[in-house]
Parts: sequence; C-alpha cells; structure tokens
Amino acid sequence: MSTIGYSSWAVDLAEVGAIYPFQGSEVVMTIVAVVLWLAWHVVEIRGENAQLERLSDKSRVTDDDRRRSIERY
Amino acid sequence: MGNNLDAITTIFTEFYYWVTVVFMFLIHVGFCVYEVGASRRRNHMHTLMKNTMLIPLVTVTFFFFGWWIYWAFPNGPFIYKGLGLDFAAGAGNAPWSETMATNLSDRITGVFWAAFLLFSWTAASIVSGAVMERIRSGAFWIHAVLIGSVFWIIDASWGWHYDGWMVKLLGYHDAYASGVIHAIAGGYALGVLVVLGPRIGKFAMDGTPRDIPPHNPWFVTIGLFLIYTGFWGFYAACNVPLISPEGIGGQITGETWTATNIYLAPTSLGAITLNFLMSLSGGLMMAYIVSKGDAFWTYSGGLAGIITASAGNDLYHPIQAMLIGGVGAYCAYKLHFWVEKRFKIDDAVGAVAVHGYAGFIGLVIAGFVLWGAPSSPYEGYVAVNPLGQFLGAIIMFFVLGFLPAFIVSKILHGAGLLRIPPLVELEGLDYEEQHEYELALKEVMEAESASVGK
Repeated sequence: MSTIGYSSWAVDLAEVGAIYPFQGSEVVMTIVAVVLWLAWHVVEIRGENAQLERLSDKSRVTDDDRRRSIERY
Repeated sequence: MGNNLDAITTIFTEFYYWVTVVFMFLIHVGFCVYEVGASRRRNHMHTLMKNTMLIPLVTVTFFFFGWWIYWAFPNGPFIYKGLGLDFAAGAGNAPWSETMATNLSDRITGVFWAAFLLFSWTAASIVSGAVMERIRSGAFWIHAVLIGSVFWIIDASWGWHYDGWMVKLLGYHDAYASGVIHAIAGGYALGVLVVLGPRIGKFAMDGTPRDIPPHNPWFVTIGLFLIYTGFWGFYAACNVPLISPEGIGGQITGETWTATNIYLAPTSLGAITLNFLMSLSGGLMMAYIVSKGDAFWTYSGGLAGIITASAGNDLYHPIQAMLIGGVGAYCAYKLHFWVEKRFKIDDAVGAVAVHGYAGFIGLVIAGFVLWGAPSSPYEGYVAVNPLGQFLGAIIMFFVLGFLPAFIVSKILHGAGLLRIPPLVELEGLDYEEQHEYELALKEVMEAESASVGK
C-alpha cells in the first residue's frame, strides 16, 4: 500500500507515469485551490478597505504630521 | 524516452528551459529593485509588496487556467474553423491533468509551463511600475491576474504558437515577443492609467508635467541591469533548443536538427545573441543622445532597443537589429513625453513607452524588413507582411491590452476599489509601517539608553 501507487522502485521506468500521492483526486484538489485563491482576494480587499478607511480619518493626524510625511519624500 | 538519443534530447531540453527560468527570475528581481528605487520613500514597502505578490497570484492562476488557454485557444473562440477551441491539446495542460504534476513519462510540460509563467510575471510587472504610488494593491492584483493569466496568454495562443490563427492568416511574426509581451503590457498599462489618473502634484495647474524623481536613482539603474540580465533567459526561453525536421513535421527537408523559434521555424542561439547585444547597443546609444545623457532614459532606451528589434531578432542582421533598436529608443523617448504632456498621462516609469510603443513599432518594422519571409515551416501559412504585422500590433496593444484594462479599471473605479484616497496618497502608503518603525526604534533606544552605566 502506497499513496503514490508504487511501494518499490523495482519497475521499468518506461512504464512509469504519474508518481504523486492521491492520484484521482486532481479535480477536487483544483476546486479547493481555486476557492482558496478567490478567498485570498476577498480577505485581502476587506483588509485593505479597513486599512484605507482608518488612514483616511482626517482627525487621526494633524496637518503637521502630513507635512512630515511629505517631507520624508 | 525510447533510446539514449531521445533521453539526452529530452533531458537537455528539460535542463535548458529550467536554466532559462532561473535567469528570468532576475527580470522580476530587477523590476522590484527598479520600482522601489523609482518610488518615493513613503511608498516603497507597499510598492515592493505590490510587485512581489503578483508572483504567487499569477503563478497559481496560470496553473489553474492560463496554461490551458494557451493550448486550447490558438484558433478560437469562434475565429477560425467554427468554435476553434482545441480541447484535446488543452486537456493535457489542464490543472487536473496527470502531466501537470510529478510524472516520469513527461519531463517537459513542467519546465515549459514555468518558462511561459515567467513571461506572465513580466507582463504583469510591466504594468506594476506604471501605476505605482496611487493604485490600490488589491486592484493591481486583479489586473495582474488578468494580464498575466488571461490576456497575454490569449495573445500568445493566437500569435505565438505554431498553430496560432494570427500566424496562419496574417503571417504574424514576433519571435521574441515585441508584441505578445511588450505591446500588450504597455497597452494594458495605458488602459489602467487613463482611468486611474495622475499622482497628486504630477501636473501643474496649467497642465505642465512635473518630474517626480526616484528616491534612489542607483536602485533604478541596478534594477534595469538586472532586467537586461534576465532578458537573456527570456530570449533563450523563446526558442525550442533542439528538434529534428521529423519532429517539426513541416516542409523542412533533410535530417539536420536545429534550434527553432516558437513557430518551429529555424534559428540559432548565436543569431539571437548577436542581435540581442546589437539592439541593446543601438537603443543605449540613441537614448543617451536623445535624452542628453539622462541615466534613467539611457537604461530604458537600451531596453526599448531590444524590445523593438525582438519581433525579428531571429532573422535580422546584427546591424539591422542595432538600427531598429535605435529607432525604437528614439520613438519611445519622444512619444513618452508627448503623450504625457498632451493627454496628462502619468506613467511613473515610462513603461507604456518602453514596452508598449517600442513593441508596437517593432512589430510594424518587422513587417517591412522581413516582408515575404515564411512565418512558419508549415504549408499554407501567409508569409510575413506589413499589413499582417500592423493588424497584429493593433490586436496586441489595443484589443487585448488597452481595451480590457480600461473596462476592468472602470468597473473597479465604479466599485471604489481602484485608487487610494488622497489623504493616504499624501501621507504615503507606508504610513502605518513607518509609524510602527519609529515607535519601535524609540522604545528600544530608550531601553538601551536606560541600561547605560548600570
């Protein structure tokens, strides 16, 4: 029993193809990975929205602070 | 691998592409260094992360669907012979295919995929520099996925594939990607910039553009040097390193094995090495003169020189490559400032000019210089011609570059997701990180000072 389909390398390599674990679950793995990718964008945009809202609060810093930021170049 | 010759050819090809991928990584390192140098201090960490995170996002999406598009779309959808989608070729390159994984019966798909992927990063990275210091990172990453894993790879399938309809019907020839990478990415950047608008302070009240100098000019030049270095890998990656006439299966007779371009038409590494260096030199020389020795534009002109000559650098004479490189650098420099002033476009790094205009012009020039040359080793393909190249340049720059970028940017703008608020732009994207850095510095210095003399 082996997750990759081979439990020994006593084989003719000309007849060996895929050797990754859990062959047959490729479509499921793809669906999971695509969902994770899309979720990443959602989480990132939510986090960025919150950060930009925080930074856009005019009362947070004084005009002097802003000038200092600009002078940092 | 039936015999030892097959084995050596296969493993040589596998290693060849692997080396090109490592070299091409330097393009991205260069873009990151360059972009950080060109940005202002208060933005540089966000600028770096914006460009860095396109690596994983474009990589996974290129695995999910980009590579499948390349193999399925050469004639479609609905362009040539009905639906025109090649599902059989696409199947072996889908994310669930056994050959897109650890597989001892296919050693080439993985490295070939990676070589194309590095082109995808480059396409997205070209856009990244142009839009820096005011685009939201989240918006840029959506654009990065679209240019890197959708639009450039559609154009590659159409015009950078031995079976692409543009090659067959237009005689489109673009061996080292003047159009399929550079014109499309420049056009895409322009489409975003039109909607995004300029940085605060870029234009005076009367519309006169102001220079926004880089915070570190040395980084900018080192970055461009690194891009030059990675470009070598890019050129090599555009070739098939070793193939027999039988393997090509076209009109070539005899038994002489050869390197080919992506269309499987013969060329050699020697030829493209000569032409790469001569077009770089032509671009550098022209840009130095036209910019009056400005370092930024001299380096960028070198890049524009290579990009302009790239469409035909598999066939040009080195002196032709040099002259064409010079023409491209001149046009890119002049057009950048004309467009900036006339249309108030704030392209922070000149990417639209260096990649977009130079790429476009390079395609058109190739149509004249290579007029009548076979575009393919296969029978029935239209030969290279000026009209085909011009139409190809329009498709690359406007249809697959500018237009989708403009539409998607409008949608993002409408949703309030495209641009950072003006207050944040003034304070800088790194404001919070800088504030935390200063607090941490103060705290640790106070602690250290308190321990003096104890």
